[in-house]
Amino acid sequence: MLTKPHAYVSTTNACKLCRPLGAALAFKGIEGAVAFLHGSQGCATYMRRYIISHFREPVDIASSSLGEKEAVYGGGPNLKKGILNVMKKYRPAVVGVATTCLTETIGDDADRLVREFKAEFADLDLPEVVSVSTPAFGGSHMEGFHAAIRAVTEQVVTEPEPTTAVNLFPGFVSPEDLRHLKEICEDFKLAVTILPDYSDTLDGPTLEDYREIPEGGTPLPAIRRMAGAPASIEFGRTLRPERSAGGLLQTRHGVRLFSLGLPIGLRETDALFTALEEITGRPTPRRHALERGRLLDAYVDGHKYLSGKRAVIYGEEDLVAGLTAFLSEIGVKPVLAASGGSSGRLSHSIASVCGSIPGEAPEVLEDVDFHDIVEHARGLAPDLVIGNSKGYRVLARELGIPLIRVGFPVHDRFGAQRLRHLGYRGALALFDAVVNAVLEKSQDDSAVGYGYL
Amino acid sequence: MSTTILEERKSQIHRAGAGPIDLACNRESLAGAVSQRACVFCGSRVVLYPIADALHLVHGPIGCAAYTWDIRGALSSGPELHRLSFSTDLRERDVIFGGERKLAAALEELVQRHRPKAAFVYSTCIVGLIGDDLKAVCRAAAARTGIPVIAVQSEGFKGNKRAGYLAACKAMFELVGTGDTAGIDPASVNIFGDFNLAGETWIIRDYLRRMGVEVVANVTGDGRVDDIRRCHGAALNLVQCSGATLELARMMQEKYGTSYLRVSYVGIEDMADSLYRTAEFFQNSDPGILVRTQALVRSELVKILPELSRLRRDLEGRKAAVYVGGAFKAFSLIKAFRHLGMQVAIVGSQTGTPEDYEELAAISDPGTIIVDDANPLELSEFIKEKGVDIFVGGIKERPIAYKLGIGFCDHNHERKIAMEGFVGMLNFGLEVHRSVTSPVWRFMPRRAADSADRSKEVEAC
Repeated sequence: MLTKPHAYVSTTNACKLCRPLGAALAFKGIEGAVAFLHGSQGCATYMRRYIISHFREPVDIASSSLGEKEAVYGGGPNLKKGILNVMKKYRPAVVGVATTCLTETIGDDADRLVREFKAEFADLDLPEVVSVSTPAFGGSHMEGFHAAIRAVTEQVVTEPEPTTAVNLFPGFVSPEDLRHLKEICEDFKLAVTILPDYSDTLDGPTLEDYREIPEGGTPLPAIRRMAGAPASIEFGRTLRPERSAGGLLQTRHGVRLFSLGLPIGLRETDALFTALEEITGRPTPRRHALERGRLLDAYVDGHKYLSGKRAVIYGEEDLVAGLTAFLSEIGVKPVLAASGGSSGRLSHSIASVCGSIPGEAPEVLEDVDFHDIVEHARGLAPDLVIGNSKGYRVLARELGIPLIRVGFPVHDRFGAQRLRHLGYRGALALFDAVVNAVLEKSQDDSAVGYGYL
Repeated sequence: MSTTILEERKSQIHRAGAGPIDLACNRESLAGAVSQRACVFCGSRVVLYPIADALHLVHGPIGCAAYTWDIRGALSSGPELHRLSFSTDLRERDVIFGGERKLAAALEELVQRHRPKAAFVYSTCIVGLIGDDLKAVCRAAAARTGIPVIAVQSEGFKGNKRAGYLAACKAMFELVGTGDTAGIDPASVNIFGDFNLAGETWIIRDYLRRMGVEVVANVTGDGRVDDIRRCHGAALNLVQCSGATLELARMMQEKYGTSYLRVSYVGIEDMADSLYRTAEFFQNSDPGILVRTQALVRSELVKILPELSRLRRDLEGRKAAVYVGGAFKAFSLIKAFRHLGMQVAIVGSQTGTPEDYEELAAISDPGTIIVDDANPLELSEFIKEKGVDIFVGGIKERPIAYKLGIGFCDHNHERKIAMEGFVGMLNFGLEVHRSVTSPVWRFMPRRAADSADRSKEVEAC
């Protein structure tokens, strides 16, 4: 059921971020890449601060640092000089250029400027320079993220050269989730190219020396071979193939595409394992079958604590769809599923993931801010909230109910980069977190101080 | 071979003692250098942000508002409207057809909903380009709503953070002089450039109260619109963080003849000196004030000195790096570290002026690296060269320190621990101590190698 929110003109406490932030995050997952924002200095700095507070890792994002003069005469010279400076300092294999409101509004054509740059400095040992248009006056960080990944496949992938590695486009998930996906593929004995892969770059070890660019990320040669892959797996029910990397490889290079939801919870994870079984011709490896079994065992052990509890879910659309799938199958009633995203596909996705579970589907709000979310949530008597940490003060604390922190950003807890969401293992971690949040609340609220729950 | 320090950056780095300092500062950041600076909008936003009963509406696309939502630890003793993030969330059609109507409607809606005492409307990059007449929309909204609606000319690309400070000062100056000054004590001040992070303004207000000085407006921390409107009735402006609010003090001096003092509440000497100079300012009208101030300083020092000397025993001889927004804080931190027996080996700021850097060079130990508008790779090189034990900065610098296996102290706007006043000096010492003396550093690969080298040297001796 899609409810049209009150048509407020103003936005209060946005439930989304801007496009270039998503692009910068995506570029962080390519080996040797430096993200470069073509715009004013503030954008890069603000986003760095925002991302660092979540991952607690160095996040260097370069900027063309445009000033008033460049806003009038065009930012081309600064862009080119900036890339040269990044080359000197970072020796990158890839520079990922994303535009901003400023450069989109003055009409800088980043694709053309990058082509000019490559021609002008053809005598230098140039990195791969990818450009993506990410005006912030439309869409959210997720559009920026997917646009950057699509731009990479569009601009870097060369002629099909057969490879056994399957492509996996996970979307915006945690470094821990990425590591788990790799492990799953390894156990299926399946070679895989995950794009982007910031599992090391945004959750790196302590080393002897400071790295200009942290180790890790999807290697450029592997990206080049993506057109020759036997199949692509792409997560995101609200992602349109005509805007996605998987869609591009399918139409342009005929790579078979498995479009799946983010594998959150039992059923969405089953869909992933079914796809992997089909691709590899192998049954689900024993350790994952066992994990599935333990997940079901936990579902049973914990079901009564959760039965009938009412939850508000918010965040990026695909995350919201995945979490709604999960909550609906463990007996928690999702009463509100909300997102600042505006793909137009959220309510359909929610209906699909809730379809097989009896009960009323949640209210779905698209393109909303926290003001709308709180206004709707009040009347729905929720018991818990699940989403990023931005809903803590204005929503969970306001209503006096627990917040289970997932996704991005988590600015008020430790270990955000290691949060698990995906696969049977991720579902188990989420399940434990939800049950324990409910138990903690009832224990804290009780005068008895029960020692057994 | 990579080049950590780009040729064009070399004139913004100086080593104390190596000839006269002539640092090229207040420049636009170099493209591709990964500056730690933000933009004009950021400068305005941070200064006005703590005015807690005003509506702060960001006219622009969503990012500018989203990244500044509740990011500062500026506490309020009452309303908390400043902790919400308001935006016009401009979309493509607004960019094409103009955003004035959307802005007017958003203002109407938000003023009705929150009944603020005033509204600040921040301009962002694209507003400066699509030609919205912000002032006209604000004037009309003020007439309709009956509250001051003030345009802040903070287009991100029109200069650096300092330009944003100036835009904020101009915006506040529109409020100054519009309130009733009846009943204000002759011994009265305004507190400028203190942001009440972790309740620091309250500490300073308490000191002033004990000295017998009335605070009319703490303009930039726990700020209130009505206080600012009548703050021209105060006898003196106490200006900290000079970059941010010095212009407002100058404008008030010119128009209202209000004197100002540049002060700092960080560290022992600067805190005491600020109070003494304030007392001296009022001693003609209140001869007892100096004695009261002395008593206050003494009683506060007695509370912290024994503990500080205990901390010093563990910290003696350690080195620190300081990289902060404004240079003024860096002066105080160099002195504060000396009380802990520590030496500042690297010091820099995002927005220092030539005078700031001259003073830094004068008070720094020889060989100290002084840097304007640095970036992660430069900072990491300097840290390695100088072998520092702790980095003082903001969240953006924290991972640089931690990846290099050294301690960190957040002295920026997100801090949750009061670091101003005498009690703040102790808190600072405790924070430095907590980080520097943690056992975790001995397991860090870089430091482990260091200590192995050191023990070899000892053996060789």
